[in-house]
Amino acid sequence: MPERLSILIAEDSAADRMLLSTIVSRQGHRVLTASNGLEALALFEQERPHLVLMDALMPVMDGFEAARRIKQSAGEALVPIIFLTSLSEGEALVRCLEAGGDDFLAKPYNRIILDAKIKAMDRLRRLQETVLQQRDLIAKHNEHLLNEQRVAKAVFDKVAHTGCLEAPNIRYLQSPYAVFNGDLLLAAYKPSGGMHVLLGDFTGHGLPAAIGAMPLAEVFYGMTAKGYGLTDILRELNAKLKHILPRGVFCCAALLNISFQRQEVEVWNGGLPDGYLLRQDGSRTALISRHLPLGVLEPALFNDACEVYPLALGDRVFLLSDGVLEACNAQQELFGEARLLRVLDASAGSLQLFDEIQQALHDFSGQPQDDVSLVEVCLVEERQLNRPPLAFADTGQSHLLDWSASFEFRGETLRYFNPLPFLMQLLLEVQGLRPQGGALYTVLAELYSNALEHGVLGLDSALKQNAEGFAEYYRQRSERLQQLCEGHVRFHLQLLPEGAGGRLLITVEDSGKGFDAQSLIQREMRLDRLSGRGLALIRQLSERCSAAADGQGIRVEFSWSPDA
Amino acid sequence: MSDIHLDSAVLAALQDVMEDEYPVLLDTFVLDSEERLLVLRKAEQGADAQGLRLAAHSFKGSCSNMGALMLAGLCRQLEEAGRREQLELAPDLLEQIEREFAIVRILLKSERQRYRR
Repeated sequence: MPERLSILIAEDSAADRMLLSTIVSRQGHRVLTASNGLEALALFEQERPHLVLMDALMPVMDGFEAARRIKQSAGEALVPIIFLTSLSEGEALVRCLEAGGDDFLAKPYNRIILDAKIKAMDRLRRLQETVLQQRDLIAKHNEHLLNEQRVAKAVFDKVAHTGCLEAPNIRYLQSPYAVFNGDLLLAAYKPSGGMHVLLGDFTGHGLPAAIGAMPLAEVFYGMTAKGYGLTDILRELNAKLKHILPRGVFCCAALLNISFQRQEVEVWNGGLPDGYLLRQDGSRTALISRHLPLGVLEPALFNDACEVYPLALGDRVFLLSDGVLEACNAQQELFGEARLLRVLDASAGSLQLFDEIQQALHDFSGQPQDDVSLVEVCLVEERQLNRPPLAFADTGQSHLLDWSASFEFRGETLRYFNPLPFLMQLLLEVQGLRPQGGALYTVLAELYSNALEHGVLGLDSALKQNAEGFAEYYRQRSERLQQLCEGHVRFHLQLLPEGAGGRLLITVEDSGKGFDAQSLIQREMRLDRLSGRGLALIRQLSERCSAAADGQGIRVEFSWSPDA
Repeated sequence: MSDIHLDSAVLAALQDVMEDEYPVLLDTFVLDSEERLLVLRKAEQGADAQGLRLAAHSFKGSCSNMGALMLAGLCRQLEEAGRREQLELAPDLLEQIEREFAIVRILLKSERQRYRR
């Protein structure tokens, strides 16, 4: 259906003007008439017609000049100008085109040709209009998208960078927009000391790849802060991602649990390239992916089995995203693992490992790589890290001061449940204990792992003397835990007001064969059930540490005064 | 025979387009043409070749629209003379144009009366 157009006719001959305006209005259009170029320009600016029929030769201002000015005034919009002319010289026709004319109509006028030309010009005009609309729409969408990414990045930076990536023992390399490549790097101090590190790589790109990073970071930071162990966090991460992500979207990830105090690293790798444990002496252990990525398996089928490796001071754990191995050169070859290993060999012990890897990638592919994520965590003395105090969202109950409670966790529970976050949450309701929260976590964690591993599971920490024994220890731990159906660990908690402050007494007992805690404590730091290092730590962090009255456990005390 | 002066097929088409406005168009053409003749005459007297060329060009266009074929042809010659600055041809051509226009005017008047009937 042809639209009713408004058409400006500029023609100085009265008879021609009359004839043309009659023809055009009979064709259903609205007609504006001008008898010279200046009038035409004024009418154009006032009425903004869709199309102009312009005589070339007119008094006052000719059609060429009027056409130029009308085109200028129309800006980006296409206002077709059809020159009305009996000009026959090529030169004059060229002048019409140069002035911005789109077509010609020769005199004498032919109605059918005029109608066809108006329609053709209208199609062009609409096409241009559509192009402009689409362009503006695309620009708007693009602006919208960029804005969304800015907002998403700002939100994500808040969620993800509350962690401890800036700790002095961590080095990392990541593009600032890595999250939109699906790459994700998180690190957090555990309340009991040590840290958790996660390197993740979501399938896909852009916002869909970034969206899963939010819950992942929330769970990782939230559960780490509450004192959950790596396996609990892994299960929760997998379940959450499985639940929220569409099929085909998942997260390749490696998680580390570094214990500075025990000098161990616990590793879980699901789908990331091999990470490496780089020892001071130049030797290297691959941290191989033994699992499917997070978000693939149903919770019941998920395997949270971690590997544990002993670390020495200065040993480094190195993780990388597949952007490194999949960097491509002009021949479509991949960088690959062999080339990476050569870089690792050449740089054994070097602190410039990242620079060397980047240089190798650049040499290989001929261009800088922007989807590469690298992280390296070094084992240091814990006191070298400036751990911030534990953060609390509420103010705590100052009157929760006079109570006691006992808990017994038995076989089935011990297999799957880590009671520490649960106990800590209860204890940290007491405002006076909060300043010592970190110490309390550490001591409870030591006491619990001692009770579980040596008491209930009967493991011998003497095994951990060398690397083979170390692996054997953790193999036995996992095997015995799987088969565990009897046994228990008990916590007795007692809170007493003391002056304006208070005192906490914790007794931990287990169902193990028992040991002479008193003589152990007196002998100071001798290796037996409680490793020397663990005991030293407990003694250092708690106010008092002794064998329980009946010899069946260990009792520790914490106290505080209001001005402390 | 009179088609050389005024093409009846063109007039029929104009009548078809203009409907009731047809006589007004004829009147307008006559009035407009008289003005153009004055302009042409003035340019010729002023020996203004460019003015002669432009005025002849415009008049040519109007004439062709009205089916005044011979008049349009004379205008084209005058336009050409103006373009070539052959002013010596102008007086004769202008006289021919005036004579031809007198014929066309009479024919248009009768056409107008024919239409009224």
